[in-house]
Amino acid sequence: MTSSDVARHTVLQSLGGLKSCPSPQPGKEDKVDDSLRCLSINGRVGFENLPDQLVNRSIQQGFCFNILCVGETGIGKSTLIDTLFNTNFNDLESSHFHPNVRLKAQTYELQESSVRLKLTIVNTVGFGDQINKEESYQPIVDYIDAQFEAYLQEELKIKRSLFNYHDSRIHACLYFISPTGHSLKTLDLLTMKSLDSKVNIIPVIAKADTISKTELQKFKLKLMSELVSNGVQIYQFPTDDESISKINSSMNGQLPFAVVGSMEEVKLGNKMVKARQYPWGIVQVENETHCDFVKLREMLICTNMEDLREQTHTRHYELYRRCKLEEMGFKDVGPENKPVSLQEAYEIKRHEFYGERQRKEEEMKQMFVQRVKEKESILKEAERELQAKFEHLKRLHQEERMKLEEKRRYLEEEINAFAKKKAASELLQNQPLNASGPSVKKDKDRKKFRILVL
Amino acid sequence: MAGTSKRSTSPHASRSSSPKASPCEMFGYVGIEAVLDQLKIKAMKTGFEFNIMVVGRSGLGKSTMVNTLFKSKVWKSSPVNKLGPLPQTLQLQSVTHTIEEKGVKLKLTVTDTPGFGDQINNDKCWDPILNYINDQYERYLQEEVLITRQHHIPDTRVHICVYFVPPTGHCLRPLDIEFLKRLCRVVNVVPVIARADSLTLEERESFRWQIQEDLKNNGIYVYPQKCFDEDSNDKTLNDKIREKIPFAVVGADREHLVNGKCVLGRKTKWGIIEVENMAHCEFPLLRDLLIRSHMQDLKDITHNVHYENYRVHRLNESHLLTKGAGWVTLSPPTRRNTGGSSRGQRWNRDESENAC
Repeated sequence: MTSSDVARHTVLQSLGGLKSCPSPQPGKEDKVDDSLRCLSINGRVGFENLPDQLVNRSIQQGFCFNILCVGETGIGKSTLIDTLFNTNFNDLESSHFHPNVRLKAQTYELQESSVRLKLTIVNTVGFGDQINKEESYQPIVDYIDAQFEAYLQEELKIKRSLFNYHDSRIHACLYFISPTGHSLKTLDLLTMKSLDSKVNIIPVIAKADTISKTELQKFKLKLMSELVSNGVQIYQFPTDDESISKINSSMNGQLPFAVVGSMEEVKLGNKMVKARQYPWGIVQVENETHCDFVKLREMLICTNMEDLREQTHTRHYELYRRCKLEEMGFKDVGPENKPVSLQEAYEIKRHEFYGERQRKEEEMKQMFVQRVKEKESILKEAERELQAKFEHLKRLHQEERMKLEEKRRYLEEEINAFAKKKAASELLQNQPLNASGPSVKKDKDRKKFRILVL
Repeated sequence: MAGTSKRSTSPHASRSSSPKASPCEMFGYVGIEAVLDQLKIKAMKTGFEFNIMVVGRSGLGKSTMVNTLFKSKVWKSSPVNKLGPLPQTLQLQSVTHTIEEKGVKLKLTVTDTPGFGDQINNDKCWDPILNYINDQYERYLQEEVLITRQHHIPDTRVHICVYFVPPTGHCLRPLDIEFLKRLCRVVNVVPVIARADSLTLEERESFRWQIQEDLKNNGIYVYPQKCFDEDSNDKTLNDKIREKIPFAVVGADREHLVNGKCVLGRKTKWGIIEVENMAHCEFPLLRDLLIRSHMQDLKDITHNVHYENYRVHRLNESHLLTKGAGWVTLSPPTRRNTGGSSRGQRWNRDESENAC
């Protein structure tokens, strides 16, 4: 082992050793930062197709997107999702009489040319239907946290397979606001406030065909100002990349989108368009002057799907992870300001936990033994008591018997005496009747006999 | 769709728990395809990283090869010359550059190993290299395990190790076999026959065949590994590559005029050996494998397989960490019976681990 100890590797970042790289164009030598030099290449190397290699791998793996729809029953969530993805997800109408809010998740597989998308739609069933709505938003928050927790557990496992893991974290939350035209409901404000740090919220105004244009403008302004004044952070489309910053920033100004959903087709001119037919006219879903549906589809799917997933992973999930780990007592920096590795902290905690457990086991064992002893002594006591009672009863029984024996003997003696007397009187009767004296005597005897018998 | 397992190396890896998904037909164009463009834009913005390590005896043309691969003076000249006589011990040297081609930025790190196999006693000369590779994994692990993590963890892990085999024409030497055996479990390894211009075409073929036999007999799995082929397309593509491994390469960074064209080559008295000519040497195959077709795959295997293996090993060994105050040994150590946690001892892994 000694040679390897002596020959410990030394990594030299030999940057200063290189003189300026010879380049055909002198202008190309710019330092990116202190530790990197920019090399210029003299021919075609061929890595410009690296993004294509990355895309190919992603195509092979498939994509995954999870949308959470929060809104009252009957506000048009399922219809909007059907319209967004241009398919019939066959979601049944839910009743208005649920006692509490439940979340229902369904997964679908969509394929468009070479892209496979695993889409999960999570619906809130029974939202806003209860008389007491205090507990309405808690199931939603719990669900989102549960998905983060599942991912965190997978990430912390020793033998894990993250590339195989079906990511169920919510990437976008479509919040459906009812088109009252006035302002946000308290329930909406409360729910959005509790969700804004956990998920990307995209508010939409549902059933927008019930609002006129002027009302809609005022409504949008009112909504945005309320959200801002209450500190609710909704999702802003990213504006840092030049190719999409212009369109994203203009869309940011038109939030929240007023949408209409419909899968029914109506004949308009010579085309069939998705629309809702009223006696006073036809509201076309894909007409930009009628509603903002097209903008929502653009922004949600075509332009920012990847950014939504990234925000979920790098911002919301990291926040959750940090809070959870800090809650469990892990820190990055130890008491003397030295970096503490998660490993050691975890090991220490594990040992503490095992120590606790052993101690508790001992305690429980002791208690158990104690209890057994107590029970035994109680039972012995009872046994002794029973024994004493038995003895007592036996004695009583004995006495009773003796008394009865006495009485019987006495009775027998009397019977004997009487029998003797009877025999004597019969003898007397058999003698001829001399005087009534014996009859008087007989009467007397008879009386005596009667008295005796009674 | 839910159950396709990609590259799960151990039978105990957690199963994917995807819910049952029902396929749905869309009635028209939605625009999901656009996510591919979004991916590309994001990738171009963040740029790519690639780390390559070259291992071999001195004088085999490693530095020249790297210069030829990336068509630039990554190394000004062989770094060993600058330092005077051959170093007494094996030292690793790393250089990092950014190169850009058609808008794609690549941060390239090349690690050289001067002094490898140069001593009289080369026993355990692979240890510094293994330590370096594991150090990079360790660094990444430490970053990943922090409470407050960076957005983008800098990736210094070695993605590929190119091993230069001297052109003896006979077979692999014991040093080569020992080194390859240990390294193929930790990192992607591609052996190449260096200085192939000293072998004729027939000699090359027989040497190549002999090396393939040696690799098979010793259980050495070089990149592209058979067990990571995902579908039949991959298999056919990789089979073709596997037939040709190890590539017989020649490196050159000087240009000469041949038939009016300026080509990279080596000029000798008996002719000019063109580097990019498939009839002369197999450098284009190596370049295509490393850069044009399999670069992303190399990074994926490093991240999903080698790094995960390291992580499992490291987390299972955590009970050998230095113990602080109040430490209670509750369970006897299960695997290693050596106390203390000196790093050098960790790398004597069982031969039976890592089935691939």
